[in-house]
Amino acid sequence: MKSNQDTPLLLRKHRTEEWIGRGYTTICVLFLIVIIISIVYFVATKGISTFAINNVSLSDFLFGSTWSPDDNKFGALPFIYGSFLTSLLAAVIASPLSVCAALFMTEIVPSWGKKLLQPVIELLAGIPSVVYGFIGLSILVPFMRDTFPGQGIGVAAGAIVLSIMILPTITSIATDALGALPRNLKEASYGLGATRWQTIYGVIIPTVLPSILTGVVLGMARAFGEALAVQMVIGNAPHIPTSLFESASTLTSVITLNMSNTVMGSVQNNALWSMAMILMLMTFVFVFVVRLLERRHKL
Amino acid sequence: MKPKAADKLATGIIVFFALLIVAVLLGMLGFILFRGLSHISWDFLTSEPQTIREGGGIGPQLFNSLYLLILTMIITIPLGLGAGIYMAEYAKPNKLTDAIRLIVEVLSSFPSIVVGLFGLLVVVQQFDFGFSLFSGAIVLTIFNMPLMVRVTEQAFRSVPKEQKEAGLAMGLSKWKIITSILFPVALPIIVTGTILAAGRVFGEAAALLFTAGMTTPHINFSDWNPLHHNSPLNPFRPAETLAVHIWKVNSEGLAPDAAQIAAGASAVLVILVLIFNLLARWLGRALYRKFTSIK
Repeated sequence: MKSNQDTPLLLRKHRTEEWIGRGYTTICVLFLIVIIISIVYFVATKGISTFAINNVSLSDFLFGSTWSPDDNKFGALPFIYGSFLTSLLAAVIASPLSVCAALFMTEIVPSWGKKLLQPVIELLAGIPSVVYGFIGLSILVPFMRDTFPGQGIGVAAGAIVLSIMILPTITSIATDALGALPRNLKEASYGLGATRWQTIYGVIIPTVLPSILTGVVLGMARAFGEALAVQMVIGNAPHIPTSLFESASTLTSVITLNMSNTVMGSVQNNALWSMAMILMLMTFVFVFVVRLLERRHKL
Repeated sequence: MKPKAADKLATGIIVFFALLIVAVLLGMLGFILFRGLSHISWDFLTSEPQTIREGGGIGPQLFNSLYLLILTMIITIPLGLGAGIYMAEYAKPNKLTDAIRLIVEVLSSFPSIVVGLFGLLVVVQQFDFGFSLFSGAIVLTIFNMPLMVRVTEQAFRSVPKEQKEAGLAMGLSKWKIITSILFPVALPIIVTGTILAAGRVFGEAAALLFTAGMTTPHINFSDWNPLHHNSPLNPFRPAETLAVHIWKVNSEGLAPDAAQIAAGASAVLVILVLIFNLLARWLGRALYRKFTSIK
């Protein structure tokens, strides 16, 4: 108390301000930490209870291909398969398009390409996912029904909708990487008499490949977790599709459709939480891969 | 193939794909606006939805979306700013800071439906807030925090070091420097980022299905006391937002004009997102000019 009275008034005011600032910002960060720990804890406990309390075997859940809650069969393979298939296909469709868009902006017409495509990419990123689902349902599905066998809904429709949704993610990362490329690399290639295309595939693409892959992984992560747009066009049949034009399901679509129809604590409900846990674990995998790619890029 | 011919061909393909992307966007926007705008009227924007009859509107949904946005931003902005300032000014370069950075990264890549399920379990059930605007706002805060933190940190780091050093030389406390020197300079970037984050709130539906709910009780638009049960401002009532309404109309809509309603609502949503994008740019630029006196 005595020392407090000895310190000048200004210094005391200083200390209080310091305390307020440090305390307030620390609380905010603590909130973040508490949130992430509780998300992981709650989703994991719910997800594990399918196996620990309801005694569903883990291998039946992961590799069983029959989802029939009435017969006590909880094989989630069709959904896991559907999620991986749609997001992989989406990445396969979107990656070349995105790289072309990025090359268009930085290499082909650097003068006005960015002015044209940058707003387009930002708008694509801004369109809400339900609107993508609605457009998919009203344009893409009728088109697929007329052109290909099947009902129009299915894995192909889902993958195409997802590919448009993840295009902005991959494009913006690829564009940043291309923009950050040192000029002398390109100039050396041109100096050797290489054409623009030879420079692109011989020098530019190999140099920025890790960044492009980072974009692709982030895009896949988004596609993997996307729920409503996919659910609206994929058809939601609980089996492994034999063709791309057949109705199927993803982890997210099954959770969306069944979470509110099942009783909290029932086996079926817990199985849905186990699927949410798979989504969460895959997020960790995606983040880990991105970090790995970034580290390799730095070396 | 000759290198020259290959070069021409490759250039052609790249240009074709780039223009294809432009065409896809224009086609989608054109479709939404063409199909939707004809359905938008004052009546459509203000009237209640119908379950089986024709002519339903989106009045309550539109209100819910806007109100939820405000509630979310009231919670998100102070928390996001605080955490962002911590990361930019207080965090030391050590293991703990790296861990927090990883947390922000993981949180930003979580699928929105997982965050929604967490909200269902913890906010809706454990804390017993039920399907309500408040539960929705909490979930959207979790969903938006990583973006806010990143934007704030970036904004504070972009302030020239000399300004901070000048403050230190004047004998100001660190917090005083942050609030009165760094914050005004960082504000334009923060405002732009915040508005973009707000635009994301508008479009989000998956996280809200299980938190803000899929129904709206009857709202009495003449009662503005937030404590009353039927008041539009009551934050503890269930609220179906515009994005959720589009999803519901598409998947289980029974009204004969469900497709038109979905198109109209989508057009409203897209226009709102467009406005937000333009507003973010314009406001950011205007504030930048004001604070830096650059003409």
